[in-house]
Amino acid sequence: MAHTTVHPPSDPRSEPPAGPSAAGVLDASRGPLHPLAARTLGAAVEAAWADPTRLHGPGRRARALLDTAREVLAEAVGVRPDELSVHASPEDALAVGLDGLRHARRRVGGRVVASAVERSVVLLRCGDDEPVPVSAQGRVDPDAYRAAVGRPEVAAAVVQTANGEVGTRQPVAELASAARDAGVPLLLDATASLGRDPLPSHGDVVVADAAAFGGPPVGLLGVRAGTRWGLPGPRRESEQGRTLAAPWVPLVLAAAEAWRQTSAAASADAAAAGVLVDRVRAAAAGVPDVEVVGDPLDRLPHVVTFSVLFTDGEVLVDELARRGVAVASGSACSSSALRPSHVLAAMGVLTHGNVRVSLPLESVSPGRADDVERLCAVLPDVVADVRRRLGTAGL
Amino acid sequence: MSGPAVVDARGTRCPVPVIRVARASRDLPAGTTLVLLADDEAARSDVPAWARMRGHAVTLEPEGSWTRYSVLLGGGAGTTPARST
Repeated sequence: MAHTTVHPPSDPRSEPPAGPSAAGVLDASRGPLHPLAARTLGAAVEAAWADPTRLHGPGRRARALLDTAREVLAEAVGVRPDELSVHASPEDALAVGLDGLRHARRRVGGRVVASAVERSVVLLRCGDDEPVPVSAQGRVDPDAYRAAVGRPEVAAAVVQTANGEVGTRQPVAELASAARDAGVPLLLDATASLGRDPLPSHGDVVVADAAAFGGPPVGLLGVRAGTRWGLPGPRRESEQGRTLAAPWVPLVLAAAEAWRQTSAAASADAAAAGVLVDRVRAAAAGVPDVEVVGDPLDRLPHVVTFSVLFTDGEVLVDELARRGVAVASGSACSSSALRPSHVLAAMGVLTHGNVRVSLPLESVSPGRADDVERLCAVLPDVVADVRRRLGTAGL
Repeated sequence: MSGPAVVDARGTRCPVPVIRVARASRDLPAGTTLVLLADDEAARSDVPAWARMRGHAVTLEPEGSWTRYSVLLGGGAGTTPARST
């Protein structure tokens, strides 16, 4: 077994580098990489750069390494290796996975059933249909979902395992049974949860994001054998006929290494993250006129979002960054489109003054507990400062 | 008899509309109706959310490119959906 893994010559005395770029980062939506995934990426640039379809030595070596990585990642997604494709981004994997379901059932109809808090790439494929509404906590209404999949001309249904912005878990088993009863194939979007929360065993198509478990942000698409699935247009050459070109092998090896390094400790990490998120929820709720949104208990362990009345999301993010804490925001002023997060809007909660926290894995950011403490410590002052500057204190 | 006070926040972006309506509401007694005009997309979420947090009632009426928000101060729980679209 010569060509199974890529490891740089390592010094067993030294701990893996902590990755200084992870310090203060409470926005895990895209990295940083697990330190050993970063090392694997570096080593693979030397050892597995070649096109895996080539028949020369470097090509064959890249192919062997890719095959091994695919086995690891397929197991992570809960599919067989020949059911898995690796995509340039999780958004691409979602788009391709859904397009394949729709095209295969185009004679039934073109409708896609999805909730109002699915990712934008999914909602863009729902046409003029109103998405299925959610509760104030962001949970999909199962009765409305059942009614929606039971309509005529439904090609496919989508459900996320949990919402990546507010953390709320979805009633996946209930929604999957509604789709099954209606004879509608289901895409399970696990991009926010895989590696952080147990994967429900539902869905004809499953999509995940390697960045959620410390890998590079490549998309993983599993299409189970027996699913009616096919893309329109000229045949695609790579990845089970789902991509235009073979993936760059070093990225796939880094993704597989991230899974190897983090999956065993995932449940312990989740337990610790859940406690830290409780800390953030309590600290934010203790600041006057702050709305902490999403389900407080039935949620992803590592995600929390809150909105601060009479403040500005962009200014909050800047002020927290000045104090060494990197967070995201779903407010309109902090988005390039100047539109608020569609998730917050669908929940009917405040969209301005929004702060979104997603914790990196502890193995990626060993200082995350300290970063959470810093956030909790500075938050009251930051909010008071911003309100003073905007002249909104005491409103 | 004069109509309700009107806050025209058209042309401003979040969080300005909600700040303006909150400022205007501060010294008015419960039971007063206050009208906000705003064309910022975020206000459609934020004005009802603010009203819920403060115990006011809001009615939204689309007026072409902007929305008219009628806020009944202290009017209790909830938002009334638009009369017409």
